[in-house]
Amino acid sequence: MTYMGTSPTRPDAAAKATGRAEYISDAVRPGMLHGAIRFSEHAHARILRIDTSKAERIPGVRAVITAENTPEVRLGFLRDNLALKKGKVRQFRDEIAAVAAIDPDIAAEAAAAIEVEYEPLPAVFDPIEALAEGAPLVHDVDPRGRPVTSNLMPVHFRHFSGDVEKARAASAYVAEGEWSTPLIQQTCMGTAGCIAEFDPQMNLTVWAKTQIPFLAQRDFNGALAQMGLRNKNARVIVPALGGGFGTGLDTHCYEYISILLAWKTGKPVKVQYNRDQEFAYLSPRQSATVRMAQGCDRDGRLTFRHVHVVQDNGAYGSWGATYPSVMLLPATSLYRVPNIYFDCELVYTNNTYAQAMRGYGNPELTFALESNLDQLAEEAGIDAAQLRLINCNEPNEVTPMGLKVATCGLRECLEQTAERLDWDNKRGAPDGTARGVGMASLIHVGGSGRIYRSDASGVILRFDDWGNLYLSSGGVEMGQGLHSSLQIVAADAIGVAPDRVFINQTDTSTCPWDVGTHASRGAFTACNALLMGATKLRDKVFRAAVELYPQLVEEALRKQRKRDPDAPAPSFDWRSRIDADAFDLREGQVFLSNTDDPVLRVDLGKLIRAAHFRDGGGQMFTVEAFYDPPSELPDWEQGQGNMSACYTFGTQGVEVEVDTDTGDVRILKMAAVLDVGKVINPQILRGQTIGALAQGVGYALYEEVKTERGRILNPNFTDYKIPTAVEMDFPIELEFVETDEPTGPYGAKGIGEPGLVPTAPAIANAIADAVGVRIHDLPITPEKLLAALRAKNEEAT
Amino acid sequence: MEVRFTLNGREVSCSLVGSELLLDVLRGPLGHRGTKEGCGKGECGACTVQVDGHPFNACLLPAAEVEGRAVTTIEGLAPAPGELSPEQQAFVEAGGIQCGFCTPGMIMASKALLDADPDPADADIRHALVGNLCRCTGYAQIIESVRRAAALRGEGS
Ligand code: FES
Ligand code: FES
Repeated sequence: MTYMGTSPTRPDAAAKATGRAEYISDAVRPGMLHGAIRFSEHAHARILRIDTSKAERIPGVRAVITAENTPEVRLGFLRDNLALKKGKVRQFRDEIAAVAAIDPDIAAEAAAAIEVEYEPLPAVFDPIEALAEGAPLVHDVDPRGRPVTSNLMPVHFRHFSGDVEKARAASAYVAEGEWSTPLIQQTCMGTAGCIAEFDPQMNLTVWAKTQIPFLAQRDFNGALAQMGLRNKNARVIVPALGGGFGTGLDTHCYEYISILLAWKTGKPVKVQYNRDQEFAYLSPRQSATVRMAQGCDRDGRLTFRHVHVVQDNGAYGSWGATYPSVMLLPATSLYRVPNIYFDCELVYTNNTYAQAMRGYGNPELTFALESNLDQLAEEAGIDAAQLRLINCNEPNEVTPMGLKVATCGLRECLEQTAERLDWDNKRGAPDGTARGVGMASLIHVGGSGRIYRSDASGVILRFDDWGNLYLSSGGVEMGQGLHSSLQIVAADAIGVAPDRVFINQTDTSTCPWDVGTHASRGAFTACNALLMGATKLRDKVFRAAVELYPQLVEEALRKQRKRDPDAPAPSFDWRSRIDADAFDLREGQVFLSNTDDPVLRVDLGKLIRAAHFRDGGGQMFTVEAFYDPPSELPDWEQGQGNMSACYTFGTQGVEVEVDTDTGDVRILKMAAVLDVGKVINPQILRGQTIGALAQGVGYALYEEVKTERGRILNPNFTDYKIPTAVEMDFPIELEFVETDEPTGPYGAKGIGEPGLVPTAPAIANAIADAVGVRIHDLPITPEKLLAALRAKNEEAT
Repeated sequence: MEVRFTLNGREVSCSLVGSELLLDVLRGPLGHRGTKEGCGKGECGACTVQVDGHPFNACLLPAAEVEGRAVTTIEGLAPAPGELSPEQQAFVEAGGIQCGFCTPGMIMASKALLDADPDPADADIRHALVGNLCRCTGYAQIIESVRRAAALRGEGS
């Protein structure tokens, strides 16, 4: 292999470096109008009256829509949300009305001129209170209109194995506690937006900031049907994405609103959020509270794990309401535990509704699990790294959830992390400083995550007449480097130079189906499909070569003799070797696999043109392949099933110093060791891993969407702090363990999300080692840390 | 009111109706959409341009204030078609680009730093970029890109 493991320039880099990549905020269509949305001013209220007359009179306004004058468009996998709200609002950001106008300022002015009269209703903002008897109901009826009696969402994820109570009673040591994680914002640097446009036949095109173009097509086609546009189609085109991080996993109200406005006006309509709106009106990551208990025997072998999760979902269900499907991974399968209880409650409240974010439930659960494990180690008097090694997952094991782990480098990840941190000398060292070290590990899906009937990715490969390869994939490049992985694997698997591989813009009208770019699956599934396609395409080329190669070589020989009559004849009798299996294709040249004689190397473009213009009927070189990973759709009620083709493991370690006067935490060093199966592009892998790790640092120390009775209080980067280059100023030692996963493309596992999963507990554990106090709720702010330090000092005196 | 200034070496003019910001004028009537809006209020650096060589957040700067001054945007860096400036080249080579949304601002801020200090220490680079947020990279390869840009500029001079 020539390109696997190298870092050729990524195909999108130059366009991005010159400002020429087109993001949704840059996109314009001829005659385009601008949409603006009027959002609710109450967390929970009946809508009594909407008066749009003033807005309609503003010059430049082309349409004002409400639930009254548009068809009902329902969305969400629970069908509990409406594009434009009817009857009542359930959160501050509920969409009540929308405007299309000739420019964004007029649209905003008109949206503000809409008058809405409300009757406030009692609201509920705490998930525990929302579960109490007599709590106000966020939804009084279900999507079919049947009365609802509780705020508990109709989603169930559970797992029970062994006998937890018996195991707990028999444990030598037990530790338990409660941990909570905040609402946080994905904060893609490119904010959300879309353009919707109908053609004269009333087929729809949507330029969408999405990670799921094909499920979005299905959703938008559903909306067309709800609008009475039968037998019409939605085409979804994905522009350059200014980050995704889970925000593109669902279709959004603003997209349906721009569709409705485009339908009303007959013009393309763009809705573009600015940063304030993104913070206030785009769904964040859910907050969660996790009760966790674990026990071990005298030798440190884990005996049981008891987990109960409560998640504040907010007012409507997005795919984010399936976070527990991924929580099941660490809960059942991180380290070896024989007896497990996992249950969760997802609760509707009048808070902003949450959606997917990188890691998808895993960071929430792993924070509790790995913090609790350090407590157990202390309880048992066993070194925390040792406790993890004693219970380490190993290759070829089947976990209690039924995950079939073939390759697993966790032991090496743990050992390497300890070594890089100088763990044995630094952990628990009573050195008089407030420095400490901590670590935490992760398991995540490495071979896609099956949460839908199909978990597949298709690919279409086509050679043009000059031997350029056009690759169509339904996967989405959102900065993670999918297109670079495809280029590298295509170059090696097919035999063309990487810069001859052109990747088509993701567009449902030209690309084959793909379930979506999430679950760290993009490169894993698309490259697997590509490998299948590569075999077919090469086969096609070699079959054509059987017929055409001889005449092309004869021609080359003739030319050679003309140039140089004394040129030596080919070194072997190539004619007798002609056979489809004997050919090879490398760097765009077709040849018999056992020669490097230049005259016997035929330019791929030449061969393709010969096949194209062949007497008696030409041919084209296009193939398709469809890859669906060898995994199972789990039974969620039982928490059973091998949801991924393989699993990614890793450990992060951190050394911190705490300023005991201010409560500030300084990271002195981090080590991150990740079992990646195989490295495709080291530079991109490093960027992905450090980028995720920075998000983990933000989650641990800085980030929280603050709300007061459902209203978001800090919708800007001054009050919502993400790490800058200064916060990230510490050495990071990265190491990639290559376990060569048999189901992976050339052995690679998915790595998009794992980098942020164990960061927060590693930091919390290091802080506990440094100053002896443990913070149970993220983010670990100076205020919380100072309060804990004070409480500890008071206890001591 | 009319504002006249030099944009990437060319004289341009643009009529203003009120208090338009430089960012709106660049991205709107002047059609230079390479400069990005990440926040619109001076918090993210995505809109960084150079005005008379100094880095500015175009989202804070009233367009009227660039009257008679020289504005450089990301579109103005490449020396010739098919070529990249050393800063652009460095970001491409050293992996400083992921989603790319912060990239134009990062490159403009880096160029302004290197124009002022051709060989900055790592800590200086980090401080110079503290107003440029990136959600994708964790900054490591961005810092390395700036170092690489310093080296490429050194070779070129
Ligand atoms: S857009 Fe100007 S600083 Fe963010
Ligand atoms: S590369 Fe995406 S924000 Fe910096």
